[in-house]
Amino acid sequence: MNLPMSWLAEYVDLNCTVKEFTDKITLSGSKVESVENKGDCISKVVVGKVLEIEKHPDADKLVVVQLDVGQAEPIQIVTGADNLFVGAYVPVALDGAHLAGNVKIKKGKLRGVVSNGMMCSIEELGFTRNDYPEAPENGIYIFDKQYPTGSDVKEILQIDDPVVEFEITSNRPDCFSIIGLAREAAATFAKPLKYPQITLKETAEGNIEDMISVEIQNPKLCPRYIARVVKNVKIGPSPLWLRHRLTASGVRPINNIVDITNYVMLELGQPMHAFDIDTISGRKIIVRNAVQGEKITTLDGNLRQLDPSMLVIADTDKAVALAGVMGGENSMVSPDAQAILFESANFNGPNVRITAKKVGLRTDASAKYEKGLDPNLALEAVNRAVQLVEELGCGEVVKSMVDCYPQKREKWQINYSSDKINSLLGTNISSQEMIDLLGRLEIEADGEKAIIPTFRPDLETQADLAEEIARLYGYDNIETTLSSGTPTVGKKTKRQIIEDKIINTMTAFGLCEAMNFSFESPKVFDKLNIRKDSNLRNTVTISNPLGEDFSIMRTTTLNGMLSSLSTNYNRRNAQAGLFEIGKIYIPKQLPLTELPDEKSVLTIGMYGKVDFYDIKGMIQELCAVLEIDSKLDFEPKTDVEFMHPGRCAEVLINGEYAGVIGEIHPSVSNNYAIGTRVYAAVINIDSLADNADFEKTYKPLPKFPAVSRDIAMLVKDEINVKEIESIIKQMGGKLVESIKLFDVYKGKQIQQNYKSVAYNITFRADHTLTDEEVNLPMKKIVKTLEEKLSVQLRDK
Amino acid sequence: MKQKLSQIKDLAMESLNKAEELKDIDELKVRFLGKKGELTKILKGMSSLSAEQRPEIGKLANEVRSAIEDKLAEAKNNLMQKEQQIKLKAESIDVTMPGRINCIGHKHPMTIVIDNIKDIFIGMGYEIAQGPEVETAYYNFEALNIPENHPARDEQDTFYIKSAADLLLRTQTSPVQVRVMQQGKLPIKIIAPGRVYRADEVDATHSPIFHQLEGLVIDKGITMGDLKGALAVFAKELFGENTKVRFRPHHFPFTEPSAEMDASCFACGGKGCRVCKDSGWIEVLGCGMVHPKVLEMAGIDSEIYSGFAFGMGLERVTMQKYSITDLRLLFENDIKFLNQF
Repeated sequence: MNLPMSWLAEYVDLNCTVKEFTDKITLSGSKVESVENKGDCISKVVVGKVLEIEKHPDADKLVVVQLDVGQAEPIQIVTGADNLFVGAYVPVALDGAHLAGNVKIKKGKLRGVVSNGMMCSIEELGFTRNDYPEAPENGIYIFDKQYPTGSDVKEILQIDDPVVEFEITSNRPDCFSIIGLAREAAATFAKPLKYPQITLKETAEGNIEDMISVEIQNPKLCPRYIARVVKNVKIGPSPLWLRHRLTASGVRPINNIVDITNYVMLELGQPMHAFDIDTISGRKIIVRNAVQGEKITTLDGNLRQLDPSMLVIADTDKAVALAGVMGGENSMVSPDAQAILFESANFNGPNVRITAKKVGLRTDASAKYEKGLDPNLALEAVNRAVQLVEELGCGEVVKSMVDCYPQKREKWQINYSSDKINSLLGTNISSQEMIDLLGRLEIEADGEKAIIPTFRPDLETQADLAEEIARLYGYDNIETTLSSGTPTVGKKTKRQIIEDKIINTMTAFGLCEAMNFSFESPKVFDKLNIRKDSNLRNTVTISNPLGEDFSIMRTTTLNGMLSSLSTNYNRRNAQAGLFEIGKIYIPKQLPLTELPDEKSVLTIGMYGKVDFYDIKGMIQELCAVLEIDSKLDFEPKTDVEFMHPGRCAEVLINGEYAGVIGEIHPSVSNNYAIGTRVYAAVINIDSLADNADFEKTYKPLPKFPAVSRDIAMLVKDEINVKEIESIIKQMGGKLVESIKLFDVYKGKQIQQNYKSVAYNITFRADHTLTDEEVNLPMKKIVKTLEEKLSVQLRDK
Repeated sequence: MKQKLSQIKDLAMESLNKAEELKDIDELKVRFLGKKGELTKILKGMSSLSAEQRPEIGKLANEVRSAIEDKLAEAKNNLMQKEQQIKLKAESIDVTMPGRINCIGHKHPMTIVIDNIKDIFIGMGYEIAQGPEVETAYYNFEALNIPENHPARDEQDTFYIKSAADLLLRTQTSPVQVRVMQQGKLPIKIIAPGRVYRADEVDATHSPIFHQLEGLVIDKGITMGDLKGALAVFAKELFGENTKVRFRPHHFPFTEPSAEMDASCFACGGKGCRVCKDSGWIEVLGCGMVHPKVLEMAGIDSEIYSGFAFGMGLERVTMQKYSITDLRLLFENDIKFLNQF
């Protein structure tokens, strides 16, 4: 909402600088977005009178002009303009003047003739012919009157006018008007507010009832409809002051009648519409719902399809306007209109909003209506409009009006307690001061009840009054305290601590934390090789996404991770290791009948100087940090669609599925344009968190020495070391303290399809072990390995 | 004999002085002090001496032995030192070559900022609450005093879920407030960081997915002064000890009175600069006293209890803190970016 300071001054006398105004009104709740003053960049431009025009001695297209600029002597200016005449009053930029677009004027010579400044076009003053239609298309602006020479042009053209832009919150439709902001300003500065005085002559002949009748068929969607008639209309441009106010507020002047409706909408916040009354069949306005299949061509020339949820203004045969949104082309005021009908109506806000959205046409009017207007405003507005018609001399107003207002909105009452308000705010404001503060907002309070004016539908409860009092009292004046209530202990839950530990462990591994979108394209499943019948394809789907690429809630985090790795790969980062803790969204059933499961997932992805065992080691170490390493197991998997079939394992915790790790399938990494091996892990955080245990008990350090034995063997390639280890563990019994794989070798001395595997086994007991005690389990181990896995022991 | 002893001593001293390697010293030790060594040879001749001479020569012989032993030790020590020096010199390396680093990774800048804020509020006695991102319209709107057809529902450009009319992606973290209130445990002192969704196209300052942090305090006798106090402490902790705050009246459907809090610009200290668009203030969060309707809807008696709530966007705070100018960087996960934090 734009507020020209000159317009504000008409209603309230603030007597302060613009800065003081914007600072103070911001702190009382009307947020200032910006202040703009077109006049700021213009200086030293004065009214000059053309005294003499002579041809330039050396240039055909130039003339030498003598001007009276209010100084002792006339000044001489050389110009190429051809619309000058002796006696014309023009804007003159003197030596040292500043013009729009950062232009500076200096005296100089033009083809050898001295020129002491420049005469200005309207564009050079920062405006267009839209703002000043009387300005010539090319040429110097010529004033319509004889202003005193030497006087400042900024005042005459009213360009020295700061315009303050406000951000108005949705609860204050009354502030979407100059008068509403003036009311706020008056309340903030404790100054009186001068409402516009409306007096009418009503000189046109005839009886309004004979000219128009109004029927509201749906009073829920149209609580009020007022019609007034103006005869002998003379359409033409509006006067400068009116055009200036529209322009400053960001509205383009069109003609006097349209400008008046816009002026009233800006001033009072009530949208108005003007119909050519001769186009209204049956001279009857019917406010009704559109019928199925009904169409209307709106003023912008577009044909609009209507449906029965929408409200139209109709006559006896057709719709003539889309209520609250835009008028129809069929009833527009043409330049030769004889009589017009002014509509000042009140429409249901949400309905206007939905209609505007459905037809895709949000107008200034609909934007005002959708916030919910006071129906009592309509009367003042229509009278203000016809008053302007009389003032501008563009028509004669017919006495009285047709006002269809089935259920009048009355003021309402809020009961309050000054003590309760003080205890909510933490203040000690007296009852009388509260009454005074509310009074500034036209709320009549007596210490116990407050009578609310009908333009403030946002005020419903005591808490609302508390805000009104607080903001005029000043939020800054409320004393800052620290709550003295029940003491509480701030802490993280175990789950939150576990997530912190996971993040810290991941960063200790050198991984960087990634953050990816939680919605993505349904195409990612094909990109990830996911089977057509996979449950992962059952997704929570967004009905109004920003595009297909953002249309499903992810059921796997891999796409985000691989996309991020792809970004890194394509930006020539030789190595990248990322992790993400993020959610996946798993529907419990489709279609959804309840909220989906949101599960946290740890995803690791990396490429570069890494292999499978790096990522496996990370999972092992993470589990050690979370004290679940003893419950951790890995099971080879060959059928995970997005993983290399020979380099993938399921992660088990306590024997239950917890995730998957492996090398990404080459065709998948190829889909992501990553030209190197990629390793990834996807682990359910629930599986980690449910099993994590931070209860620790000290175990005494060993008192007796350990005995260590090495064992090297040849085994077939397809045998996993896990099988060897489980035999060692089983056969070694409780004396075995640890089993360490220290060498796996394939090569020259080893026959094909075999590998050499070497272990270091440590035995320990609660006494010093003898050789015999260790030999026994070692023999059992070797024997079982030979029997079950056909290993060949290598010479020690 | 005396003369012989002194000759042996001189010879031993001279030989030891000339010794260049440890093995020379070992040889000399055998030569002079060994079982068949020169000193032993002489001592063997002691039996031929008179009783008077024997103690004198014996004493002298012992002196010579210990002198040679001392000299042996000294020479050995010298040589060892010399050899070590040679070895050390040979082992010298270029210490200006780069160190071997086990690189640690980096948290996402958003995580760093959220952790920072969590720590501040935990220090003030808050717990951390969470709630679902796919929400019901009831929790996201109705229960927050945003009835159907309220313009706020449009302003926030909500993503809705297909074939589930009342499900949506939460547009704010405020539904967590309602869920916590409904649990019925009082007093309440929580913060709730999390992802929220609004239908904004991706650009340098917008993202359809972003993060908010919500706060809620409910107890008997909570005042707007308490709201100001808690948030002023928070702002000082987050932006620095000299941070000033101001509260501007604003409108949120779920609080009344409502306010926006500005903090004095951390870049210029309030004088006005590019960061704060010359205003000296930076908008940090929205807040207010919990609307009595919201309390009642969640089953809390607004005659007995009152409270305050606040909510802030975290991307903007993060971007301001690190001078990040393009929001998209936060979601790209380029390690050249992530490694900076």
